This record gives sequence, structure tokens and C-alpha cells, in this order.
Amino acid sequence: MPSALINVPPKAKRGDVIEIKTLMSHIMETGYRHTASGEVVPRDIITSFACRYNGTEIFRADLYPAIAANPFISFFTTATESGKFEFEWIGDKGFSETASASITVE
Amino acid sequence: MAVTRRPTRRDVVRSAAAVAAVTLACPSLAQASPRVAVIGGGFGGAACARALRRLDAGLQVTLIEPNKIFTACPFSNEVIAGLRELTEQQFTYDKVAADGVTVAAQAAVKVDNQARTIGLADGSTIAYDRLVLAPGIDMRFDALPGYDEAASQKMPHAWKAGEQTLLLRKQLEAMDDGGTVAIAVPAAPLRCPPAPYERAGLIAHYLKTKKPRSKILILDAKDNYSQQKLFENAWKELYPGMIERIALSQGGRVTSIDPGTNEIVTDFGNYTAQVANIIPPQKAGRIAEIAGAADHTGWCPIDPVTFASKLLPNIHVIGDACIAGGIPKSASAASAQGKACAAAIVNALAGKAPDTPRLNGACYNTVAPGYAFSLRGIYQPKDGQYAEAEVVTSPVDASREVRQREADEALGWFKAITGDAFG
Repeated sequence: MPSALINVPPKAKRGDVIEIKTLMSHIMETGYRHTASGEVVPRDIITSFACRYNGTEIFRADLYPAIAANPFISFFTTATESGKFEFEWIGDKGFSETASASITVE
Repeated sequence: MAVTRRPTRRDVVRSAAAVAAVTLACPSLAQASPRVAVIGGGFGGAACARALRRLDAGLQVTLIEPNKIFTACPFSNEVIAGLRELTEQQFTYDKVAADGVTVAAQAAVKVDNQARTIGLADGSTIAYDRLVLAPGIDMRFDALPGYDEAASQKMPHAWKAGEQTLLLRKQLEAMDDGGTVAIAVPAAPLRCPPAPYERAGLIAHYLKTKKPRSKILILDAKDNYSQQKLFENAWKELYPGMIERIALSQGGRVTSIDPGTNEIVTDFGNYTAQVANIIPPQKAGRIAEIAGAADHTGWCPIDPVTFASKLLPNIHVIGDACIAGGIPKSASAASAQGKACAAAIVNALAGKAPDTPRLNGACYNTVAPGYAFSLRGIYQPKDGQYAEAEVVTSPVDASREVRQREADEALGWFKAITGDAFG
């Protein structure tokens, strides 16, 4: 069952460099493993992650099979104005999850 | 600093042996009293020192250990929960000395492997032909921001038995009913991997009996752990709703500590606990690093057949400090390694090829008085590393009679292993 964890500082001063942390629960099945009977376990990974800050994309990542289960992605940005961060994970088998968090910039 | 010491009985025996050797016209015998020093008098070091003397009574064996009294970690979770006294965990080195081991009650502060000497805290030195390092663990007080040695006086790790064990117990006794006890668990490798969960169960037993509205929160830098299903089932059965665990993938990894406010920060949340048991990341005991036997991981790489350091000649490393592949860091493993290492040293000194060790490990976990389960393993070198040859874990659906029997067996195991090392 997918579930997102987000850590965005609730408050920041204008111009502050802030750290954003995300974690998405996901199996990240590589597609290179076989079952006991020799069948390939089909690939099931998150393929892309993106973050928008008040509608503008500020961070994007492509994910590949070598990335471990439950990808933890952390990055930095500059706090420019109060508003909303929106996060989106897209992957195999129609996987699509979103999350959001607000920030007050003083 | 040059040191002269009074001739000991051993010196006298040695010179007598030398005289005898000369009269027998066999000069090699004059050197045939190799000196083996063991640093660290825990389960590994004490078992190794005694085994060396037992295998070859001609060896001069010195055990270097600053504490005159050893305090055992296994069963110390019972002390925290008020089910056992610390004195029941304590042992002297009298019997070790009675086996002909010279016990130097000093801290080793320096190792000069070129000169083959060990510097002690009082300035004296001990010479060796072979050195066994069994220093156990030290806390990495630089690894978790906010958590240093001073912080451990407020938020105890209780990961070395003794004062820290009693401090955590006192804090639990002083806590109000309805408080939260947090246990922070580091990522592997750590001493006794299932012990945080054993501790959670035994603290829950104390709280259920004395402070039933209280809760336990485990903040874990791991997703999975040894005997997980057994622990989870036992908690559900004995302490429903009392123990909450936040695993790594749920954001459980602790990233910093504030000892001023008892606040624990993870990647995704902040928690304040009335009692905070912070188990920090660990490394091999400091003397291993000083000697140069530890690598960038903080632990000591070894040849699994002989426990010889991969970094230094004439030095062996056993117990929690060494990198032993699939063998969990435990008292049982350290004891088995100590004996196998002693055999490897005796063989090497006799110019014989080493035997391949087959080590037995046992790990008992007590969840409540009369309720325990276990993992027993046999470990052998494979591809340059120890691997599990056979592992048997208690059945998940066993009856309470079986759990009771394992609790009794656990006590028997403790008697046997402490007897091996100190009795």
C-alpha cells in the first residue's frame, strides 16, 4: 500500500535554504529477479519524481531499477514565498501518487 | 617509560625452564614459551585467555582489562526491568587468574606492533609474540548530532552493562504513569541485534505491572530485524497496544537528539519522551583503532579461519570488534570465537596448519518472566567470510510451555557461558 512521508519546514525566512525530505513506500522490484520456477518477476518501480513550488517545477528525478525499496529523496531549495509544495511519484503498473505540504515564508 | 617489575613466579618458572633447556642441550626450548597478550576481558577475551592456557600450559598468557569486575550484558535487560539485580551480572577474574593467566588490571592505551609491545595506562609495557584484541564496542559519540557522552548521562544508551543499565532503570522507576519510553535503534551492525526488541518487551512488562497507562515507542533505523515475527506476536499477546514501532521506511531513523529537552528528531518527525533510551551507532573498542586493526567502517576485518587481522601481522581480533560476516555480535559468538582463536594461535605457534572453525551461537530473547524464544546458529567460513551453515529459530506458533522451557534454558545458557569465561 503506497504511502508518502514529507518533511517541509513549516516556516522559513525569505531567502533561507531549506531541506525537503520525502519517502515513498514502494517495492522497487528490479525486473531482474526470478521465481523458484524460473519465471521473471516483472519490473515494478517508480520511474519519476517531481516537486512543484507554487506551480513551478523546482526538482525532478528519474528513478531506475538499482534504487532500493522505499526511495528516500532529499533536496534543497530556497524559500521564496509562502505557499504549497506538491510532490508526484509516477511508476510502472500505473503507479501514481501525490502529496503536498505548506510553508509560511516571512 | 622504562619499567622494571619484580620477578613474578612465572619469571622464576621461565628461567628455570631456560636452565633446564640448556642442560638438555635443546636451545629452541629456551624460546618455547611464547607470550600471548589478550586485550579485553569480556566473553571473548576471557574465554580465549583460558583456552590458550588449557591448550598449551607452556604459554605465557596475559589478560589486560582495566575493570576488576566484569558486568555481563546478556540478561541486563532484566535488570533494567527490575527483574534482576546488577550484582547477578557481575564476575571477577579470580578463576581466570587461577588458570595461570596473568591478569593486568590496567587499560591498554597503546599498541606498538613493530616492537610488539602494549603500553598500559600506568606507563608500563607488556611484550607479546601474539596479540588478541577483544575490546568489544565503543559508542560512536560523533555519529548522531546532539548525542555525546554527556548526553548519555541524561538519555542513557545502556548498551554497555553497568552504570548505564542502572541509570535507565532509575529513570523508568521515576517516570509517571502514562509516560512514553522511547528506544532509538541504530542501523546494523550493532552489538546484539535483537536486544533492543527484547528490551522493549521487558520494559513493557515493567510498565504493565507498575505504570499501565505508559507506552513504548521504538524509533528504528532498520526495516527488518531478527526474530521479528516472534517478537511482534509476543507483544500482541502480552502487551497489546503498548509498543509502537516506527521502522526505517516509515521514517523511524533518528537523525538528531536534543538532550536539553529530551527531544528525538527523525527524518519525518519530532518526538519527546519522558525516558529516552538512545542506542547510538557503534564501532570496535577504541584500542582496535589505536592499534590500526580497524578499517574505515570502524570494525576490524579478519581472516575467518584464524581471526588474524587482515591489516596487521601477529594480531587477532575476536568478538564484537571483528567483522564476522553472518555471525551476529553476541556473547555467545565472542566466546566461541575466543576458543577458536586460541586453537588457531596454538596451531600457528606449533607450525601446524589451522583447523577450520565451526562456531555455535545461541541467542535467547526474553519477553516476560517465563516467556522466551531463541535462535541457534552454526557458522563456518565460506568465501573468506563467516556464513550461516545452519540456523534454527523457535517456532512462531509454539505453546506457552515451550516459551517457559526456553526461558529456563536461557538461564542455563547464562550459567554455562559465564562459567566458561569466569567460573
